[in-house]
Amino acid sequence: MTFDPRKAGLTLAAPLLAIVFAVLVTSIVLAAAGDPVGTVWQTIFTQPRPRNVVNIINAASVLYLSALAAAVGFRMNLFNIGVDGQYRIAAFAAAYVAGEAWMPGKLNVLFSILVAVVVGALWAGIAGLLKVTRGVSEVISTIMLNSIATALVAYFLRQVAEKGSNNIHTTTIPASSQLAGFKLVGDAPNAIYTLSVLAVLAGIFYWLLLNRTVFGFNLRATGMSESAAVASGVSVKKMVVVSMLISGGVAGLIGMPLLFGDAYNYGLTFQTGLGFAGIAVALLGRNHPVGIALAALLFAFLNEQSNSLQLKAGVSNDIVNIMQGVIVLSVVIAYEVVRRYNNAAEQRRVAAQLAASRQAEEVPA
Amino acid sequence: MRRSTKFAAALTAGILSLALTACGGSSDDNGSAKESTGSSGAKSDIKVGLAYDIGGRGDQSFNDMAAAGLDKAKSEFGVKASESEATPDEAESAKEDRLIQLADGGYNPVIAIGFAYSEAVGKVAKQFPDTNFAIVDDTANTDANVTNLVFAEEQGSFLVGAAAALKSKTGDIGFVGGVNVPLINKFEAGYDAGAKAVNPNIKIESAYLTQPPDFTGFNDPGKGKTAAEGQFDGGADVVYHAAGGSGLGVFQAAKAAKGLAIGVDSDQYLTAAPDLQPSILTSMIKHVDVAVYNFIKSFKDGDPLTGTVTFDLKSGGVDYSTSGGQVDDIKSKLDDFKKQIIDGTITVPTTVK
Repeated sequence: MTFDPRKAGLTLAAPLLAIVFAVLVTSIVLAAAGDPVGTVWQTIFTQPRPRNVVNIINAASVLYLSALAAAVGFRMNLFNIGVDGQYRIAAFAAAYVAGEAWMPGKLNVLFSILVAVVVGALWAGIAGLLKVTRGVSEVISTIMLNSIATALVAYFLRQVAEKGSNNIHTTTIPASSQLAGFKLVGDAPNAIYTLSVLAVLAGIFYWLLLNRTVFGFNLRATGMSESAAVASGVSVKKMVVVSMLISGGVAGLIGMPLLFGDAYNYGLTFQTGLGFAGIAVALLGRNHPVGIALAALLFAFLNEQSNSLQLKAGVSNDIVNIMQGVIVLSVVIAYEVVRRYNNAAEQRRVAAQLAASRQAEEVPA
Repeated sequence: MRRSTKFAAALTAGILSLALTACGGSSDDNGSAKESTGSSGAKSDIKVGLAYDIGGRGDQSFNDMAAAGLDKAKSEFGVKASESEATPDEAESAKEDRLIQLADGGYNPVIAIGFAYSEAVGKVAKQFPDTNFAIVDDTANTDANVTNLVFAEEQGSFLVGAAAALKSKTGDIGFVGGVNVPLINKFEAGYDAGAKAVNPNIKIESAYLTQPPDFTGFNDPGKGKTAAEGQFDGGADVVYHAAGGSGLGVFQAAKAAKGLAIGVDSDQYLTAAPDLQPSILTSMIKHVDVAVYNFIKSFKDGDPLTGTVTFDLKSGGVDYSTSGGQVDDIKSKLDDFKKQIIDGTITVPTTVK
């Protein structure tokens, strides 16, 4: 693939235009509801305080992992909607294992992460197996597996939780396995999750896997044209199962920065909904490791900054959901428009070349 | 690529519709979210920070009770207040940040509504040792500047359980819990014990609308209706709900089945639509308003409540309601149970057997 500055410009222009468009739409909604438009944007686009910067980085690292998990599937047209259930069941299993502390100190952390990856992969693998053996759409099966995961985790949480508090949770992991994090941002009282490095590592793994391995080539080939991939000898069934396993394994990592950097146990208040947020982030980031990182930072920034909307502007912070929704929708539309425009331009160019060569042939005759 | 476009459109439409409904629900209380003062002449330098659970002011349930307590304090003492509510799927850091913003902005006391703030209050209270915090429905924090405001929900539920058993003609009653968490299990435990104190052979059907961390069971009348319909169809004739906003569906099911329903948290006979009122037998009142008001009052009086304060039958923190007059004929029996619970003759269990 050669570098085309015009194409790169279009790639960057689309998301920027989408943000501008989203700001416009959100402003109209705010104005229609009689809310103070100016104060809202002032609150959202104010410079975040050090504490909030740390929160944004932490939230982005978790969103990034979630988006990668979804993106692995998206690249081969496999829609793993079950990231949400996979990360919750994996986080619960890891929290239980870490709380039991069968291993000392940091080994406990590594072992628990391994457990999370395996549990996440197996849970996603069920959907993969159902697809290749029974032809069940992974969209349906993963959504159903989300509900089953919720029920299973709720049941087991009640079994293992310490009684007494209304906020039941697994045994808190021992202090030697809790990770203090990095104090990188000025005088912020909070720290960046140590395990946010998992996001960086997973991003590198994702890029290497897709671009530097035969498996990644086959995966992309299957995504672009399944029949062509089959014709060239790719076993689509195997690809489906392995992709689901990888997707689920990455999903298993989502809860780890939170578990070892902040919550230290899995309880009723462990963050939910990350799986679905990740799907939107993956779409916005065009399944590209760098694009996803930017998208994750944007979403984390909007979430964090909107938290003070109620106190400062008297506007519900749900308004930011509208903005995020419009951004995703307009980015997807923008890329589709660009794709069709490029296709049409390509067709015209080829047609012109053909016409020119035919003329060239006709001249001597 | 095409498929992903369609999918994105569907996803975005979903996000948008969610966001729009969320905004629709809260747009009418934007005014109150800003700093506001009571209308009466009373003046006070006290600035109260209030952090609601999901749903916030206007949820016709738990959060609204807290808001009522705050409003009373505003009009009586002239305290200023700033309010903010949790959003679904938010990070733990968002809860902390909400409390930090309030404490940092000079709000004192800061009151957190709901056990979801348990961890956040614990962390933030340590950062602001000079600010008084209170949390409703949780006892996990033992810091000197944290007051735990909790309720003996099982005691009030015992009384409405007894009322259900006394009123049931079929010997079959139902319980609909919003979310299967220990807090709601307490309601069920008291209800079961009360019903069995009247009729040891009574049949009690129990249903929970959702499992945690899916907390939509507190705000989904459709689910409440379906669950209650199932219980009425199965032969129950009185159904008690501890399901917040989902209770509306339970009332509707009771009306359709010509059965009776029991409300929760506030005296729901008073807020129900006129056509549903005949279906509401009584309500188990949980005075979150009193807890919030008392805490602010104690702070204003310079002697804030500390430690864990339990609001029970004895202190009037929980009770049953008599609006509508449907329990007038059994009132003496209920008050007899009430007396026995207060004097310790009856100890109500807090967990379901």
